[in-house]
Amino acid sequence: MHATDPVIEAVDRVYVSESRRVLATLIRLLGDFDAAEEAMSDAFRAALEQWPREGVPSNPRAWLVSTGRFKAIDALRRQKKFDQLDEASAAERLGVTDAHAWADEASVEDDRLRLIFTCCHPALAPDAQVALTLREVCGLATEEIARAFLTPAPTLAQRIVRAKSKIKVAKIPYEVPGRADLPGRLDAVLRVIYLVFNEGYAASAGATVTRHDLSSEAIRLGRLLVDLTAEPEAQGLLALMLLHESRRNARMSATGDLILLDEQDRSRWDRALVTEGAALVEQALASRRFGPYTIQAAIAAVHAEAQSAAATDWNEIVGLYDVLRRMDASPVIELNRAVAVAMRDGPAAGLDTIDAILARGELKEYRLAHAARADLLRRLGRKDEARAAYERALTLTQQEPERRFLQRRIGEL
Amino acid sequence: MKYLCLVYLEAAKMRAVPDAECLACGDGFRSRGVLVAAEALQPVDTATTVRVRNGQVSVTDGPFAETKEQLAGFYLIEARDLNEAIQHAAKIPPAREGSVEVRPVRQLDA
Repeated sequence: MHATDPVIEAVDRVYVSESRRVLATLIRLLGDFDAAEEAMSDAFRAALEQWPREGVPSNPRAWLVSTGRFKAIDALRRQKKFDQLDEASAAERLGVTDAHAWADEASVEDDRLRLIFTCCHPALAPDAQVALTLREVCGLATEEIARAFLTPAPTLAQRIVRAKSKIKVAKIPYEVPGRADLPGRLDAVLRVIYLVFNEGYAASAGATVTRHDLSSEAIRLGRLLVDLTAEPEAQGLLALMLLHESRRNARMSATGDLILLDEQDRSRWDRALVTEGAALVEQALASRRFGPYTIQAAIAAVHAEAQSAAATDWNEIVGLYDVLRRMDASPVIELNRAVAVAMRDGPAAGLDTIDAILARGELKEYRLAHAARADLLRRLGRKDEARAAYERALTLTQQEPERRFLQRRIGEL
Repeated sequence: MKYLCLVYLEAAKMRAVPDAECLACGDGFRSRGVLVAAEALQPVDTATTVRVRNGQVSVTDGPFAETKEQLAGFYLIEARDLNEAIQHAAKIPPAREGSVEVRPVRQLDA
């Protein structure tokens, strides 16, 4: 069989578009992650053999789920764990008695949600939640995830194995949480998605600022969650990611240097993403059930709609930070608010707040606090203090483009 | 499926929750068919650790590991899955003073 065979290409296409859905449904039918993964590869192997002879089935996904399920039953029989007595109960568990239950669109989409909520279950360690989501929901290879998080592949593989084993042994159910638990559980899912996005957008270490694949996976998950739940905070998070993403091409120079918001060429912002993000913010705000992601997205939308840094509605931004601060009294939010205050009322006003935060001992090791302070001192013409603050920020960052940016600023003083 | 809910408390908080409340919790579990067994424990300074090495029994004072929180009691419960077990564990009164470790029970190989 030649690689350019149209049927082989069809199998490839179905793999890209359907494999995650097939896996999510097989996990429900088989009640086991590993068995489902094996059943899915068996099903695709069968497709490669049968589709060239018999043609591509009219509903490839249903064909793959059904084939995977029968392959799993075969495997159980071969393992002799499937004696006469158990056959009825196992058949029931595998959905044989209700062969069409899995085929309809609604339960397949529910399976995708079940998979996300299970991978982000709070009983799993936070780093395992991220790894498992990327592996099972996004289908990234263990090596890819390991590379993206600068973690040795065996460590990451072990994390995934341990998490899957806990799901099985402690019996973490494969279900979408009920209404009462949904808000708390949704927060965990949104946190994982945003973490994946940020790791792709502003990598915490390494030579390049962006690792695009992770960001696009996070946006894909965000879209999925919005489509499946229509929860305002899911809309807020998707909006936030889209608005950040819209600036991707403008935030780095051709030589890989960081360009701050006020110096970016705004004509290079992706207007389609801005429009989509801003519309989602409106929808989420209108629900009156929004949370911190929606407010952060609203702030990003104010930036996106301004012609220049000077023309930005800083008063609106300070007001949004006030709302955000009431939801979450974190020092990082206070720092960002101080920067907005400095833009509205002048650098001295922002500097007082930042000094107060640092005096409390909070954010002492946070590079962006020192970088922001340095910037305000520079604008006030207090060069020696600015240099010291830039140098402090420099000792705290591992990221190459950020280091170059800070060194450039010190050089310009 | 059975889960063992191990209740841990700091020494100073061993009696922080009134017994009546813990009894009521156990009764509630029993009436809903959740409870398999439950007991409160005497403080760790009454504990004795037993080991057998090379056929010799060794006996030492105190618990196996020194930790800030000590085992104060347990509830062995029946639950459909971990989510249900977590819901039950959250109703154990000392959960608000210390912590409750939820462990699935392992079936011994026959």
